[in-house]
Amino acid sequence: MATPVLDKVEAESAASPYITVTFRVRRFNPEVSEHAVWEDFPIEIDPKERVLDGLHKIKWDLDGSLTFRRSCAHGICGSDAMRINGKNRLACKTLIKDINPEKPITVEPIKGLTVLKDLVVDMEPFFQAYRDVMPFLVTKGNEPTRERLQSAEDRERFDDTTKCILCAACTSSCPVFWNDGQYFGPAAIVNAHRFIFDSRDEAGEQRLEILNDKDGVWRCRTTFNCTDACPRGIEVTKAIQEVKRALITRRF
Amino acid sequence: MSADTSSAIGSVESGPHYDVDNPAPLIEAPRKRTGKTPRATRGNFEMAAWLFMRLSGVLLVVLVIGHLIIQLVLDGGVSKIGFAFVAGRWASPFWQVWDLLMLWLAMLHGANGLRTVINDYAERPNTRLWLKGLLYAATVFTILLGTLVIFTFDPNIR
Repeated sequence: MATPVLDKVEAESAASPYITVTFRVRRFNPEVSEHAVWEDFPIEIDPKERVLDGLHKIKWDLDGSLTFRRSCAHGICGSDAMRINGKNRLACKTLIKDINPEKPITVEPIKGLTVLKDLVVDMEPFFQAYRDVMPFLVTKGNEPTRERLQSAEDRERFDDTTKCILCAACTSSCPVFWNDGQYFGPAAIVNAHRFIFDSRDEAGEQRLEILNDKDGVWRCRTTFNCTDACPRGIEVTKAIQEVKRALITRRF
Repeated sequence: MSADTSSAIGSVESGPHYDVDNPAPLIEAPRKRTGKTPRATRGNFEMAAWLFMRLSGVLLVVLVIGHLIIQLVLDGGVSKIGFAFVAGRWASPFWQVWDLLMLWLAMLHGANGLRTVINDYAERPNTRLWLKGLLYAATVFTILLGTLVIFTFDPNIR
C-alpha cells in the first residue's frame, strides 16, 4: 500500500517525509536491575506522526520489551499519560513536529507514583483518591420515572470538569503530590467539583467535608502545573479554587 | 542446595542479582496514599490557617510598609533610630498596638508558611516532628519575648 518500506525511503530520501528522531526512554525493569536508566532509540519517522507511533515503532520493530500503557490511542481513554520532554502529556495527542525532533525526545513515566516497569506506574493511589471523593450521583427520595432534568445554565456550571479522562497528567505534575502522595491531587478534586456543582446531586456537603481534610484542597499551592498539564484543557486550578471558595462561603 | 546457593551468591562481587523470581524493589513514591490513609478531619484547622494567611497578608502589607517608611525614609532615615526614638514612639499606645500587631501577625504568618513547607517537603515522620517542634518553639519564644518587651518597656531604664 502507501506505506513505503525502509530501503525505498532511502532511495528517494530527497522527497521523503521521514526524519531520524532519537527517543530517549527511561527504562526500568525490576527483573534486571534496581536502577532506572535512559536508553536511546534512533528511529525513522514522519514528524507529523505522534509520540505514541514512535513508541509503537520501538516496541514492534526494535525492542519488544518496552512497556507502556495505551488503549484507544486517540486521547480519550487516558491511559498513555507520560512525561515527554519534561512535561506531562498524552503520547497519543503529541505530534513529534511540535516538540522539536532535532533534539532527543525524552519519555519518562509520570512522577509521584510507583514505577512498575518502564513507563507503567501503579495508578492505585490515584484511583484511591478518586474513589474517596465519591464520584457518583447521590440523591434522596424515590427514583424518578424519567431522566433527571437540568437547565442549560445548571449544566454549564460544571461543564469544564466533566471533560476529565482520569489520565493522571495533572495529579502527577503537582509538586505537592510528588512530595506527599497523601494529598488528594487535582484529578480527585476536579471530579468532586463535577458533582459538588451539579444541581441534581445532594451530597455536595459531604464531598466538601472530605476535601476540607488536612490533605484536601488547602494543600493546593496554585502552581498551575495541573492546568498546564491537562490534555483536555480543563482549568484545573480554577476548579480547585472554586471548591475552596465554596468551603469558605457556605459557612460565612 | 540452599547452602550452595548462598555461598555462590556470597562469592559474586557485582552486587545483587535480579531476575524473574527475584525482582528488584520497585521505585516507590515517597509517602503514597493507601486505602488505610487516615481520613479523620481535624476540625477546620487547615481552612482557618489558609484564611489566616490571606487576611494577615493583606494587613501585613500595610503594617510592614508603613513601618519601613517610618523607620527608613521619613525624618532623616535610618540614622535617627536610637533608644530615644523607640522610647518616644512606644510612649503612644497607637504605636504599641501597631508593633504588637505586626509582631504577632508576622510571626504567625511566617511560622504557618514554614509549617506548610515542612509538611510539603519533609518526608520522614521524625524529621517533620523535629522540624515542626523547633519551629513552634522558636515562634513561641519570639512572640512571648517581643510581647513582654512591648508591655514592660521602661523608658527610664538605667
